[in-house]
Amino acid sequence: MSEIRNYTLNFGPQHPAAHGVLRLVLEMDGEVIERADPHVGLLHRGTEKLAESKPYNHSIGYMDRLDYVSMMCSEHGYVLAIEKLLGIEAPLRAQYIRVMFDEITRILNHLMWLGTHALDVGAMTVFLYCFREREDLMDCYEAVSGARMHATYYRPGGVYRDLPEQMPSFTSSNLKSDGKLERLNANRQGSLLDFIEDFTSRFPGYVDEYETLLTDNRIWKQRTVDIGVVTPERAKQLGFSGPMIRGSGIAWDLRKKQPYEVYNRIDFDIPVGCNGDCYDRYLVRVEEMRQSNRIIRQCVEWLRANPGPVMLEDHKITPPRRAEMKDDMESLIHHFKLFTEGYCPPAGEAYAAVEAPKGEFGCYIISDGANKPFRLKIRAPGFAHISAMNEMTKGHMLADVVAVIGTMDVVFGEIDR
Amino acid sequence: MTSTPEERLDDLSSALTEVLGEFDTSLQRALGELTLTVARTDWPRVAPLLRDHDDLLMDECIDVCGVDYAGYGESEWETHVSGVGFSRAVERHASFGQRDTDRFAVVYHLLSVTRNVRLRVKVFVDETDPILDSMVDVWAGVNWFEREAFDLYGILFSGHPDLRRILTDYGFIGHPFRKDFPLTGEVEMRYDPELRRVVYEPTRIDPRVLTPKVIRHAQSEAAPLGGGAETDGDGDDV
Repeated sequence: MSEIRNYTLNFGPQHPAAHGVLRLVLEMDGEVIERADPHVGLLHRGTEKLAESKPYNHSIGYMDRLDYVSMMCSEHGYVLAIEKLLGIEAPLRAQYIRVMFDEITRILNHLMWLGTHALDVGAMTVFLYCFREREDLMDCYEAVSGARMHATYYRPGGVYRDLPEQMPSFTSSNLKSDGKLERLNANRQGSLLDFIEDFTSRFPGYVDEYETLLTDNRIWKQRTVDIGVVTPERAKQLGFSGPMIRGSGIAWDLRKKQPYEVYNRIDFDIPVGCNGDCYDRYLVRVEEMRQSNRIIRQCVEWLRANPGPVMLEDHKITPPRRAEMKDDMESLIHHFKLFTEGYCPPAGEAYAAVEAPKGEFGCYIISDGANKPFRLKIRAPGFAHISAMNEMTKGHMLADVVAVIGTMDVVFGEIDR
Repeated sequence: MTSTPEERLDDLSSALTEVLGEFDTSLQRALGELTLTVARTDWPRVAPLLRDHDDLLMDECIDVCGVDYAGYGESEWETHVSGVGFSRAVERHASFGQRDTDRFAVVYHLLSVTRNVRLRVKVFVDETDPILDSMVDVWAGVNWFEREAFDLYGILFSGHPDLRRILTDYGFIGHPFRKDFPLTGEVEMRYDPELRRVVYEPTRIDPRVLTPKVIRHAQSEAAPLGGGAETDGDGDDV
């Protein structure tokens, strides 16, 4: 009889189910995990150190690249922290736009999560469906900022520009017949808000489709029910936030508990799980997509009725309009000073957190009164979640590791920073 | 709970002064946030109190981070604003000032899910002996955050079960987020076709400053918000 010994299995960093560059060293007894040791940092770019060497506004673009599937939410956390330091507040319309795009981002993120999670566990179709809807939302990003992903749209004092009156449409090419072109452009005839409203009317039906494929699916339930159970006490101990803590049955959502922007004016519900397993977290996130849809509809309605400024007029902080610069010396000076030197918030420190799709995304800025942050600490939700990897997978089978990675919704851009 | 955030902060700050009376702490309140500065020696006894005391209940540790206070409040450029012409005597600081004591701080962001209130705790440590007790036994979630502070700042946490580097490369030397560590790093890597492996070499880029750090004091340019029409003298030095 040969000696039975533990295997050490190297999972990743180039594994398709590792969601990026996770290297997971697994000590296994047969097919059972004895210890999981995640090695992170393969995508470490030193964002926080880079931010210390640049004026505040230059780092907004880096925030998009942290959690690259929920771009605007990361921007939001950073911008809120700066606004707190400066003691300013964005105009109401900008706040509604931010809330609307936060929720578009939440849907974007959850679609990505759902598609890849299901794909890891073995359901291919959901992935294709989810990416179909993501296209429409990315077009909203593009319409408003010019970029499909890395928008740099939120600025201290508001958002970069107002929503476009005309939704960009497809142009003809050899690949598109006239009929196809007409079909593609059917809902792009009006403004961006019309396009978003059209999306929100279609989206609940799409969520039903995903649920048809998964919620009662026997295989899906076998793979997720009772996998990676976290009790409410442990969830708090481990610093969980977002769907991870709500899946464990704690009704904690910053949008309700510590509302920022205009969330306290909006009607929505917070879904909470009860078992703390992968299946509950799945249900929580799917319901969150429906609630986000509700929030977007309310924002669209308000934004239609209430035109107004989207950026503060304080040109120490926000750039003056192009036209003003052409014949006003003062504006030209402001523009020059703002783009070469930036602005100096008073010395102090501020922590601002938003309920990002993955959990609490926070930015802690220490200012010594200079035009650059003295220290910027980015609190990424995924970092706390993946640190619980060992605890959540211990005693499970190898295949469940994939389900647990999926349920954590990890993105290495934000974990490694 | 229907209380406003301010009321909850009032409650928390009065509870803190009551509970932590015997310890060496100080409490500041700014921008709607409470910061508690705790002496390093008292921190191991204060932390469990913060978590368990019925009036505090800081049941979740959201974030831990290191801070390097070297060069705090020093401009990179010394500017003498002159009243005439464009001359603006600029001197580049050769090096930043050193702080012998209290160079590093570890900042904990605590959250009470039960009471819905946040608290920031700051513990200063010396440059020569940057060590404090690990809080893994109090909040299990700080494990990786402490590893990160160790990796990036070289702050040691005694009693930590597994104080390895976390974000930097395998075999990395130095603590990259310290203010005296160059932004461009110290080594670069490339594939060497002759040796047929990746080699590390000293970086060839010179560190440079694209935008100098400038400190302007707010009182001189107290323009009313939303106005922006007033000129306030800072057009002079452009």
